[in-house]
Amino acid sequence: MKFKWFSGLAMGLAVAATASVLGAAQAKAKTDLLVYTAVEADELKKFKKAFESDYPDVNIKWVRDSTGIITSKLLAEKDNPKADIVWGVAATSLLLLSNYDYFQGYAPKGLDKLSKKYYDTTNPAPLWVGQRAWIASICFNTVEGEKYKLPVPTSWDDLTKPVYKGHVIMPNPNSSGTGFLDVSSWIQLKGEDAAWKYMDALHENIARYTHSGSKPCKLAAKGEIPIGVSFAYRGAKSKNDGAPLEVVAPSEGVGWDLESFGIVKNTKNLKAAQALADWSVSKKAQEIYNEEYAVVAMPGIAKPVKNFPPGIEDKMIKNDFKWAASNRIRILDEWRKRYDGKSEPK
Amino acid sequence: MANGTATTANAAPLIKPKVSGEDWIMRAVLMGIALYLLISIVLPLYAILSKSFKNADGVFVGLANYVNFFSTPALFWSIQNSLTVTLICCVIVVTLAFIYAYALTRTCMPLKGLFKGVALLPILMPSLLPAISLVYLFGNQGIIKEWLFGYEIYGPIGIVMGECFYVFPHVLTIMLIAMANSDARLYEASDALGASKIKTFFTVTLPSVRYGVVSAFFVCFTLVITDFGVPKVVGGKYNVLATDIYKQVVGRQDFEMGAVVSMVLLLPALFAFAADRLVQRKQVALLSARAVPYQPKKNAGVDYGMLAFCGVIGFILVSILAMAAYASFATFWPYNLSLSLKHYAFEMMDGGGWDAYYNSIEMAAWTAVIGTAMVFTGAYLVEKSKGFHTGRAAMQLLCMVPMAVPGLVLGLAYVFFFNAPDNPLGFLYHTMPILVICTVTHFYTVSHLTAVTALKQLDAEFESVSQSLKVPFYKTFFRITVPVCMPAILDISMYLFVNAMTTVSAVVFLYSPDTALASVAILNMDDAGDVAPAAAMGMMIVGTAAAVRLVHAGLTRGILGRTQAWRKR
Repeated sequence: MKFKWFSGLAMGLAVAATASVLGAAQAKAKTDLLVYTAVEADELKKFKKAFESDYPDVNIKWVRDSTGIITSKLLAEKDNPKADIVWGVAATSLLLLSNYDYFQGYAPKGLDKLSKKYYDTTNPAPLWVGQRAWIASICFNTVEGEKYKLPVPTSWDDLTKPVYKGHVIMPNPNSSGTGFLDVSSWIQLKGEDAAWKYMDALHENIARYTHSGSKPCKLAAKGEIPIGVSFAYRGAKSKNDGAPLEVVAPSEGVGWDLESFGIVKNTKNLKAAQALADWSVSKKAQEIYNEEYAVVAMPGIAKPVKNFPPGIEDKMIKNDFKWAASNRIRILDEWRKRYDGKSEPK
Repeated sequence: MANGTATTANAAPLIKPKVSGEDWIMRAVLMGIALYLLISIVLPLYAILSKSFKNADGVFVGLANYVNFFSTPALFWSIQNSLTVTLICCVIVVTLAFIYAYALTRTCMPLKGLFKGVALLPILMPSLLPAISLVYLFGNQGIIKEWLFGYEIYGPIGIVMGECFYVFPHVLTIMLIAMANSDARLYEASDALGASKIKTFFTVTLPSVRYGVVSAFFVCFTLVITDFGVPKVVGGKYNVLATDIYKQVVGRQDFEMGAVVSMVLLLPALFAFAADRLVQRKQVALLSARAVPYQPKKNAGVDYGMLAFCGVIGFILVSILAMAAYASFATFWPYNLSLSLKHYAFEMMDGGGWDAYYNSIEMAAWTAVIGTAMVFTGAYLVEKSKGFHTGRAAMQLLCMVPMAVPGLVLGLAYVFFFNAPDNPLGFLYHTMPILVICTVTHFYTVSHLTAVTALKQLDAEFESVSQSLKVPFYKTFFRITVPVCMPAILDISMYLFVNAMTTVSAVVFLYSPDTALASVAILNMDDAGDVAPAAAMGMMIVGTAAAVRLVHAGLTRGILGRTQAWRKR
C-alpha cells in the first residue's frame, strides 16, 4: 500500500518535471527582456500588453520597486548588470547611473518628435530618453481634515504650521524617488540652508516616513494620516477611485522628475531593448502615458487628466537634473543623518 | 580525520567491528547530507562574517564597519530598542502562556481542545499579518483605537502587541510539554503533608516547570528579536535591529553594513540558543521512570476562572485574525465597508500577483518533500548507523546550527555566498531551488529534533535483527522505520510546508521576479500602501496553511489506524 503511495508521488514529480521542462522550452521561443522599472504596479500590465501586442516575439519581465530601491539595486549590480533596459525610472537616477558608464546611446525611431528638454542632448545618441513627468503634490483627506479642523494647505510652508503636527506623512527620500524630488525641489527653490531649516520644521510635523512615494497618498486616501506628500498621479487615481481627497499643487512650485529609459550597455538582448525604446517614443505609447499623467515628452499629445490639480504644469520648477544627480548621494546622507532613526530611547 | 571506531579500538581491547559495505553506503549518505549542511549554512555564514570586515570594493578593512556602526547613533540605538521590546514581550508572553498552559494541563476546564486549537492559530500566518491587523484595530482609523488612550500603535506598543500574538503558540507549546511532564506523587505528598494549594504551587509546580519557563523565555527572546514582519509594519519611527538589516540592504544596498548588523543580531540569538540548550539538557534528567502522570481534580472556582482567562486570550487571538479577514474584504476602508473581492485582484498591485501565491505553494511543496526526505534520512543515519562516532557527532552539531541563525542573517549570507562571482554554485542564485534550499536549512533543526525523538523510541534491535537476517538496511528503513515513524514524518512535512508558506525573513533577499512569494508580496504591498491587498494575501496563506493542517490531521488519523495499531495493547 505504501509503495503505491510512493510511486504515485514519484510519478507526480516526474510529470511536474516534464511539464516544467516543456514550459521552459516554449517560453524560450520568445526573447525575455528584463526591464527594471519604478512605474506604479497597477500600470505595468497595461504597458506590457500594449508593447507585446506590437512586438509579439518579446516578453517583458518587470523588476519593479521604488525609485530609490531600483537605483541602489542597479548601482549594486554595476559590475555585472542583470537588467537589459532601465525603463520608467527617474532621469536623475539615470544621470547618476550614466556616471558609471551604465548605458549605451541609442536614438529611438521618432526621437525628433519629442521635446528637446525631455531627453539627453549632450550625447549624439542619447543615453537616456524621458517619457513623462511625475509631479509632486499634496494629498489632503477632506473628511479627516474636517474632523481635526485642519485647513487645506496651499503651500509647502503651510505644512510646517503647528496645527498639522503629526498629521503629515512623506516618503523617505532614501528609498523613494518622490521623496527625493521633494527634497531636491525644496533645495532648488529655497537654497540649501533655508531648505534644511524648512525640513527641520517639517520634520516636527511628520508622523513618519514611508518606504514608497505612493504610500503617503494611499494612507491619506484611507484617512490613516490626513495629509500625504506624494505625487499628482497617485492623488488623482485615488480620488477617481472615490477617496475623499483634495490634490494640492503647492504655490511655491512643485518638484518633478522624468520617467525615462536607457539601454544597459552590453545587454544580450539589444534588439528587444531597442524595440522597447522605439515603441516608448511612439505616439501610441505617449497616448498611453497621458491616460494617467498630464505631462508627456511628445508635445501636443497631452489631454487634461481627470482630478489632476489645475495648472500644475505651470508650477513645475525649473529642474536641474544634472545638479540633482551629482548631489543626490550627499543630500541623502545629510537627510539620513538628520531625520532617520530619530527614535532614540527616551 | 580518523574515524571514531579506530580510536576506540586502539584505546581499549575491544574487537574492532568490521565496517561492511553497507556501513560505507550509510556513511557516504550521511556525509552527503553533512556536506549539504556545510554548503547551505556554514560556508554562507563564513561569507557574511568576512563581508562584515570588508568595504564595498571587497578590500579588508578590519573593524572599520563595526566602528562605523557603533558611531552611527541611529543604528546603535536599535540595539537598545530591540532588547527593550523583546524583554517586555517575553515577560508578557511567558506569563500568559504559563497560565494558559496551566489551564490546559492542570485543571478540569471545559473546552480544552478548542482552546488548544485556537492558541495555535498564529502559527498559520506570517508575522506581517497580525501587524496589519493591529493597524486596522488600533491605527488612526482603527475600530478600537480609543483603547490605546491616545497612544500610537506605530512604535514599541505595536511591536510588543504584534510579537506577543506571533510568539504565543511557540511559547505555549514549550510550556505544555513542561507541564505535561509532572509527577503526581509529589502532589500527593504535598497534599498528605497538609500544604495549602498556594504553597504546593510554589514548592512543587513552579520548580518542576522552571526549566520549561527558562527555555520558553529564550525561545521567545530569539523569535522576537529576530522577527522582522511586525516591526516592519507597525514599527513607525522605532528602529530595531531586524528592520535595520532590511533597510541597510534593500533600502540603501549597503551590504557591508547589513552584514555588520547581522553579526550584531546573531550574538543575542546565539547566546539565547546556547543557554536554551544547556537548560534543556537539565530538563531531561528531571523526570524519573517511576513518575506518575498528574490527574487534575475538579475545582469549580479554578476551572471557571481559567475558562474566563483562556476565553479572553482566545477571543483576542481570534479577533486579530478576524480583523485581517474583514479588512481584506472591505471595499475601501474606512469609507466604504461593503464587502468585495477587489483586494484579491493581486495582478493590479506590487508583489508579483497570483503567481506569487502559486510560487509559494510550489516552494512549500518542494520544501516539504525534499526537506522531510533529507531530514529524516539524516536523523536515521545519525541515530542508527554504527561506529563512525566523530562523523555522527559532527553531523549532530551541524544539525543544530540553523536554529541559532536568524532568517534575515541566513538570507543575506546566501546573497554573499551564492552571488559571489567565483562560486560554482552561482547558477542557483535567483532560482526556485535556492529558495527551497534556504527554507529547508532555515527550519532544519526543529525537523531534525522531531525525527530524532521519533527514532529514539524505536528499539535498536530492529537493525540488529534485520542485519542478522541479512536484510539490507534500506529494506528495514523502508519497511519498518519509515512506516513506524510515519506520524513524525507527517509532522515534519507539515511543519516545513506551513513555515515555507509563512516565512519572510530569509527569502526576502533571495526571491527574483520569477519567484516572487506570497509572504514577500504581503511585505511589498504594504510598503506600497496597498494594505488591504496585503491582508488579502495574508488570508490566502492562512487558508492554505489551515487546509494543509486539516489534511495532515486526516492523514495522521488514517495512518495511525493502519501503521500504529501495534502501539495499542
